Amino acid sequence: MSAKTVVIEARDVSLRVGEKKILERINLEIRRNEIFGIMGPAGSGKTSFLKLVNHTFRAAGMALEGALYVLGEDVLGEDVNPTPLRRKVSMVFATPVVLPMSIFENLVYGLKIQGIRDKHTLREAAERGLKAAILWEEVRDRLHKPAQKLSGGQQQRLCIARAMALSPEILLLDEPTSGLDPISTFRIEEALKELKRHHAIVLVSNNTKQIARVSDRCAFFLMGELIETGKTAQVFTVPKEKKTDDYIAGRFG
Amino acid sequence: MTPRRAEHVAIGLMVSGAFLALAILFFIIAVIMIKGLPHITARFLLDNPMDMGRAGGIFSTIVSTVYLLVVSLVIAIPLGVGTAIYLTEYTEEGKITKIVRFGTECLAGVPSIILGLFGFILFVIKLGFGWSVLSGGISLAIMILPVIIRTSEEAIKSVPQAFRDVNEVLGGSKWQGVTRLVLPNAAPGILTGVILSVGRGIGETAVVIFTLGTSLRTPFSIFDSGRSMAVHFYILAREGISMDNAYATAAVLVFSILIINIFSYYLMHKFVEARR
Ligand SMILES: Nc1ncnc2c1ncn2[C@@H]1O[C@H](COP(=O)(O)OP(=O)(O)O)[C@@H](O)[C@H]1O
Ligand SMILES: [Mg+2]
Repeated sequence: MSAKTVVIEARDVSLRVGEKKILERINLEIRRNEIFGIMGPAGSGKTSFLKLVNHTFRAAGMALEGALYVLGEDVLGEDVNPTPLRRKVSMVFATPVVLPMSIFENLVYGLKIQGIRDKHTLREAAERGLKAAILWEEVRDRLHKPAQKLSGGQQQRLCIARAMALSPEILLLDEPTSGLDPISTFRIEEALKELKRHHAIVLVSNNTKQIARVSDRCAFFLMGELIETGKTAQVFTVPKEKKTDDYIAGRFG
Repeated sequence: MTPRRAEHVAIGLMVSGAFLALAILFFIIAVIMIKGLPHITARFLLDNPMDMGRAGGIFSTIVSTVYLLVVSLVIAIPLGVGTAIYLTEYTEEGKITKIVRFGTECLAGVPSIILGLFGFILFVIKLGFGWSVLSGGISLAIMILPVIIRTSEEAIKSVPQAFRDVNEVLGGSKWQGVTRLVLPNAAPGILTGVILSVGRGIGETAVVIFTLGTSLRTPFSIFDSGRSMAVHFYILAREGISMDNAYATAAVLVFSILIINIFSYYLMHKFVEARR
């Protein structure tokens, strides 16, 4: 895959649950080797959009329209096979969720459920994940200690490492630093900048400063609508929409 | 009475209630131990009963009890845990879950004597299993099933949803999430239910007397009849065969329950420690 390939392409994506409109005609493109930021106030549909991408959005009475191409495949259909998709598109949640097992077992969970048993392969994947999340130096001597003993920031980097151990093409992060201190946040942002060299990163954040700091291009969601998308530098300096300007200036949200 | 005073009185009543419960427990244990312990010897545990239990030991009744419990657990655990998994993981809360839950509640409310009669008619007579470990095991399994279902359900529900989400985003199937994350993390709770069931099963007489029978011979085959310790105690005491041996049997029963409880707490503790 060459650089700057489009890996996620939304064409008029709409999502409704019952009467409620959650996403309205979203159009955007996300490319490889970039960090794509998605910002917007709570309830604007950011998480829902991520969940559509890895096919984990579920609700009784949901209705979808449009097309959402992820690595060339439309993932809005009912007949999508989610397992191969989720190996290529990994996700990290807002609160770090480490499983009650060792650091190593956390890292290789995604591989083991594929039936991979080879010790060498597992070790390699674990190391690759930890290095990607810049956690290797801190935990290399205690891989078999319980993961829950790690600090909050380390736990979130472990979650990123666990996702990266699967060698995905795309990494989705849903407000990954919302509960973390500035130093942990900084470390994760550094890791993401490194990761975009080989992957596409989608970073959802309600912290506009973070989007400005680390994303290459970004989008602004408001009440299920995509208000504006473009190069981050441009969106933050000369926004096309007044709503974007107001949001960035902190006048609402 | 001022609210403050009322509170003091209420707390006083609650504390004395708690102490009363404890006192009764200790009294029962003390009586049984004092009357039973002097008669418990290695021979009593390892010899078979003789002369209807007037002489000899209780070995065959210990074997019958263990055999019966094992068979009932082998039936009730997969069925109960399976039901709990189905209710919590594979169905939306709705009509079906409500009906199943209501059914288990009702099953839990059936008096054990009725369950015994049902087991007698269906397994002993109709299906021709006779008085046997099999008939007793199935009937006892029916009795403990509600406990296992309910405790397993609670245990499964207490496993954080986030674990299932992680399994999902890492490409795991629902079943993989259940077997690799949900069940291991629910195991201590499920084990609690199993222990509770063992406690109930070990002391049960009504169901057992109708289905396992009262034979004093040691059961080998699953189709052999037997006599559990609780039934043995009941018969010895009721027919006035030997009060000494009755108390000794009761003491062994109480001891077993204590040991099972202590052992299970120990296991659970280890389990929780290991996952921390
Ligand atoms: N599974 C669901 N079923 C029904 N409504 C949902 C569901 N998930 C999210 N919503 C609704 O969609 C809207 C957007 O939610 P979300 O995508 O979580 O926003 P954000 O991540 O931007 O805060 C909210 O109003 C929320 O209540
Ligand atoms: Mg959200």
